[in-house]
Amino acid sequence: MEEALTKKVEIVVKGIPASPGIAIGPAFLFQKHAPTIFEKSIGEEETKREVERLEQAVARSQKELGKILEFAQQKLGDDTAKIFEAQLMILEDTVLFDSIYGRVRKELKNAEFVVEDEIGKYHRMMVASKDEYTRERANDVEDVRNRILRNLQEQKLISRLEGSSVIVSQNLTAADTLILSRNDVLAYATDIGGVTSHTALLARALKIPAVVGLRNISAIVHDADNIILDGYGGTVILNPSNETIKKYEAKRALYLEFEKKLAGLRELPAETLDGHRVELSANLEFEQELEFVHLQGADGIGLYRSEMLLIGKEVFPSEEEQFQQYKLIADTVYPKPVIIRTFDIGGDKFMAHPVKESNPFLGWRGIRVMLDRPELFLEQLRAILRASTRKNVSIMFPMVSNIKEVRNAKKLIEDAKRQLEAEHKPFDDKLKIGVMIEVPAAAVIAEDLAKEVSFLSIGTNDLIQYLIAVDRGNDVVADLYQEFHPAVIRFLRRIIERGQKSDVWVGMCGEMAGDPMATMLLLGLGLNEFSVVPNVLPEIKKIIRAVKYKEAKKLAKDVLALETEDEVKDYLRAVMKKKFPDIPIE
Amino acid sequence: MIEREITIKNRAGLHTRPAASLVKLAAKFKSDFFIDKDGFEINAKSIIGVMTLAADQGSKLLLRFSGEDEEEACKAILELFESGFGEP
Repeated sequence: MEEALTKKVEIVVKGIPASPGIAIGPAFLFQKHAPTIFEKSIGEEETKREVERLEQAVARSQKELGKILEFAQQKLGDDTAKIFEAQLMILEDTVLFDSIYGRVRKELKNAEFVVEDEIGKYHRMMVASKDEYTRERANDVEDVRNRILRNLQEQKLISRLEGSSVIVSQNLTAADTLILSRNDVLAYATDIGGVTSHTALLARALKIPAVVGLRNISAIVHDADNIILDGYGGTVILNPSNETIKKYEAKRALYLEFEKKLAGLRELPAETLDGHRVELSANLEFEQELEFVHLQGADGIGLYRSEMLLIGKEVFPSEEEQFQQYKLIADTVYPKPVIIRTFDIGGDKFMAHPVKESNPFLGWRGIRVMLDRPELFLEQLRAILRASTRKNVSIMFPMVSNIKEVRNAKKLIEDAKRQLEAEHKPFDDKLKIGVMIEVPAAAVIAEDLAKEVSFLSIGTNDLIQYLIAVDRGNDVVADLYQEFHPAVIRFLRRIIERGQKSDVWVGMCGEMAGDPMATMLLLGLGLNEFSVVPNVLPEIKKIIRAVKYKEAKKLAKDVLALETEDEVKDYLRAVMKKKFPDIPIE
Repeated sequence: MIEREITIKNRAGLHTRPAASLVKLAAKFKSDFFIDKDGFEINAKSIIGVMTLAADQGSKLLLRFSGEDEEEACKAILELFESGFGEP
């Protein structure tokens, strides 16, 4: 009856996905109160005892950290364990402790007060530092200080939990995250933190789902509350309904199934049996998909649709806002590369048109819009350049139909670079530029475009519509949209050959790149890079790894000689059925 | 007393690992060793002090050695900075 009175409502809290996976279970509120410290004067005769007390606390802290370090080395390897080495070194800092012991003796103050005051001085300076790395290290210093203080007050750290639970906390230190993992931790949820925080880093290494940056989750959760944590989407749901639980159980099953399929495939290159290597990258729309992309073993991001930043916005996001977003993506995928496509707006996409166009697909869209709005374009290019300091970012222009557009856009990139130089803002001077091939005219002049840029990426969705003159959104003619139209295949061959003749690599980021039925054909046509939606990536990789480049080339040659789409499809279907009976095709 | 001005060349600057190498090497000498960055001075035999410097690539540092083995200490420390702390 009491239950009926206090029937709990479902609450959804959004945070930053920090480690992939879905957990459903009871919450455990992990609360650590910063130790309360009083300043106390001591008598001369008490100093000996006070110093001894501190020595014991330091020794205990060393022992604890030594154990943590050892555990980290075993479980995570030396690299990740380094986080704890710095903390141990602080405990061995004789300059620091000479000064602390000296002050206890001279100022006749209690050890807690002197430790807090002396280490606090360094902590404050590090927190105020301009250097991001140093600010992160401030957490380590604070953690060491709190550890000594806790041991001085002879309090035990609670790190043993009953049963399995989702750990909810305001903030978790590296040591907390690690030590708690000795229990059956289903997931971590914290109020603060970002993708580069210690919690995120360790949770990923420990393969425990985590969502950070949930703002006030620790204030609204109670112990034993039922919780769903979705480390893919970055969502935490309190008191979920049975229906919601079912939904997430299904999602978890789907992802686990997927994980299984991927087993052993993730770290392997997209390489044919006879050693022909291609790049297999992922298309990215939302930052929330980043973890998922990583999970799938992509070689990088072959297409980041920057216009997704504009969804639901009335005005263009500022340079700073864009920079933060691009940097987050570049930092997360680093050292793998990311290709950022400049805003592809107009056509059917976003932002209200100032003019009504009778034929928007042939109208003001893609690079045409951006070149007409150089002030906005410049802001975006500056933001992308500023995010390129790790040298893993490239820029790509959509809807290019002639050389002049590319040259004008490149000139704007140069302008942006000069501005940034004058402002002493760093960027990658060698950042690569590419164009999308989605207008037939661009395909025809592919060899000339290739001389202006470093890569071409074929956008099949629009290219096919323009080439066959079919709007696939128009039901009357939609069936004329043929991915395997012989003209499409011959056109693709032309683009790939011409591009490669001019020494650039040629990729594809349209839907066709992710169609398992097209994989062998595209491979045989010589495509260098496939950029696909994340969920088909493992299947495409599986196909590439199971065939010979030689047989793919033969297949492409055969298909190029066919005259109708039906013939092409029949041919490809027969091959797929024989070689990959378990991969579902249309 | 010996004073030397140097610029940090290695990419990681005086982050944890290089800082640890620096402090360990400094401990081998009897001389005092202080580092001054933009007028802020720390005892370079203290890891927490060196961490506080937040010295990244390109930072200018003033090194001060004083004591009986100051010449040897200065030579060894300069070599460590010169080697880029063994960064590849």
